[in-house]
Amino acid sequence: MQAIDSHTDPMVPVIAKVTRVTRDLSDVVTFEMEAEGWRGFAPGQFNMLSVFGVGEIPISISGPQSDSSKIIHTIRDVGPVSHALASLRTGAVLGLRGPYGTPWPVEAAKGRDVVVVAGGLGLAPVRPILYELMENRGDYGKVTLLYGARSPGDILFAEELRQWRSRLDMGVEVTVDRADPSWHGHVGVVTAHLRGADFDPKATTAFICGPEIMMRFTANGLVDLGVAPGDIHLSMERNMQCGIGLCGHCQLGPHFVCKDGPVFDWAVIKPLMRVKEL
Amino acid sequence: MTGAGTPIPVMIDVDGLDALIAALAAEGREVLGPVRRDGALVFEPIGAAGELPRGWVDEQSGGHYRLKKEGTAFFGATNGPQGIKRILHTPHQRLWRTEGSGDATEIIPEPLDDTRRAVIGARACDLAAMAVQDRVLMEGTYGDPHYAARRGSLFVVAVNCTRAADTCFCASMNTGPKATAGYDIALTELEGGRFLAVSGSDAGAAMLSGLPSAPASAAEEAQAEEAIEGARDQQRRIDTDGLPQILKTRPDHPRWSEVASRCLNCANCTMVCPTCFCTTVEEVSSLEGPETERVARWASCFTVDFSHIHGGAVRAGAKSRYRQWLTHKLGTWVDQFGELGCVGCGRCISWCPVGIDITEEAAALRREEG
Repeated sequence: MQAIDSHTDPMVPVIAKVTRVTRDLSDVVTFEMEAEGWRGFAPGQFNMLSVFGVGEIPISISGPQSDSSKIIHTIRDVGPVSHALASLRTGAVLGLRGPYGTPWPVEAAKGRDVVVVAGGLGLAPVRPILYELMENRGDYGKVTLLYGARSPGDILFAEELRQWRSRLDMGVEVTVDRADPSWHGHVGVVTAHLRGADFDPKATTAFICGPEIMMRFTANGLVDLGVAPGDIHLSMERNMQCGIGLCGHCQLGPHFVCKDGPVFDWAVIKPLMRVKEL
Repeated sequence: MTGAGTPIPVMIDVDGLDALIAALAAEGREVLGPVRRDGALVFEPIGAAGELPRGWVDEQSGGHYRLKKEGTAFFGATNGPQGIKRILHTPHQRLWRTEGSGDATEIIPEPLDDTRRAVIGARACDLAAMAVQDRVLMEGTYGDPHYAARRGSLFVVAVNCTRAADTCFCASMNTGPKATAGYDIALTELEGGRFLAVSGSDAGAAMLSGLPSAPASAAEEAQAEEAIEGARDQQRRIDTDGLPQILKTRPDHPRWSEVASRCLNCANCTMVCPTCFCTTVEEVSSLEGPETERVARWASCFTVDFSHIHGGAVRAGAKSRYRQWLTHKLGTWVDQFGELGCVGCGRCISWCPVGIDITEEAAALRREEG
């Protein structure tokens, strides 16, 4: 996948225009944008988004790969730039660079069982995988999605989760850390549902995205069930100022998370995640 | 090296040096050379050899840098705090700015710097560092066009070191004291204001041929080699054999905590390091209107903000930040770029306010028990 190259300087963004904004949660919005020259992305890649006068941050792409007419991002309002992004209305312009980073190896999972495990906002970066699996359902074996959120009110893409749950060709389990009286589903950590999921560990590809501690427990849980570390893929998050391996901020041991990742396999990342504050 | 055969060394004198500076300026170049300012050597525009710090040498040790009068050499003092990195990978680089607002917003890329420069007095370690930065900033999938523009038009007059500072360890890093690549002309200063000059490029050969010079005698060539040999006698060294693997596999070595207890996290080492390339982008807004501009400036892995993601810094502790810097320089740089990220210039030792010595830390980390 080639990045937009209308400028010789990869640090110079192109103008993108917000065409639709959906509020998912009190602090999360999904917006669609258009940008001239956009040639699509691969699931797992991210863009550098700029709000003029505020700053630039990396945001993973949460829409379907098959539709390159629009660019979809899901953003949680946690800092100055994400707050500005989450406040953009339809018609607003912003700066766009990308797509960058290594994608989820979804194609390589064809013919195999697929387990997708997401925590919190981590559902957004794996959503392009789920779209691909649904669009080419016959190409893959059993498909499982395990999703954990802090509370029922924090469940992202609730309507889509309901649709996926109603499918007979996909196993979906949603769990929350803290329930409220309206909640009749699972309570507890997402890893508790690995054992009950239907997949053949020897022929399974797993994709994990969420807080590091959740990814670590999930990957270890999958290994315990017999999934090979090289078949477990997770998406890392680090400070990024450039997205293209020049600013140095995202280093994780020998890797630049922006260009060697953000998707890594567990065999590579496990020894690095073991080290505190690496 | 281009052109046929080994370049023939010639001798130039102070008039020749003046002629070189004048000829570079006549090409439309800004000519930069080491000058004394605020008690240190810095690269600044010069117009004649008389502006060079003749008769000054440096005195460097852990946390210590002084210039003092000694001898009559033009290039007696080794490295000042900033190498030629500052010329190519500038501390502050505007990337783009906007004009207009809303639908009319236009992004105007910052024009490339078209000033052609020449630097006189670049040392072997700095040229090695330039090659390291070339790989980082020009030779990957993505590059920095501002660096590439300045780099592409730079004319380099290297000076081979004929004395070493106490902090130098280029010999053990195989980067000096003799410049072996990256220059257009290399000078070795002999006594009495005489310089043995060799070209390292076609442009350098053409430049040299236009200067008043005399063929170098075998004796002068031998004197030059002997003078450089004297700078090989260095107090400090790093044993790099197997070091990257050792550092990467010892993240819990007690020495990291020990050095962190001395380190002030001031970031000086990263600001003077000739290979450190990290930058942070900043948004600068106009007070008068909607216009804004994006600026990249040098950043340091010693700051807490450097690794900030929502929820806090990844490297919150001083230990992890020192470990990141040293492990990167002497370890993971090899994984990333196929070579070490340290060239042995010793600046991080001199400019560390508490005199932390990278050679000493590397040796301690090599030992099992710190």
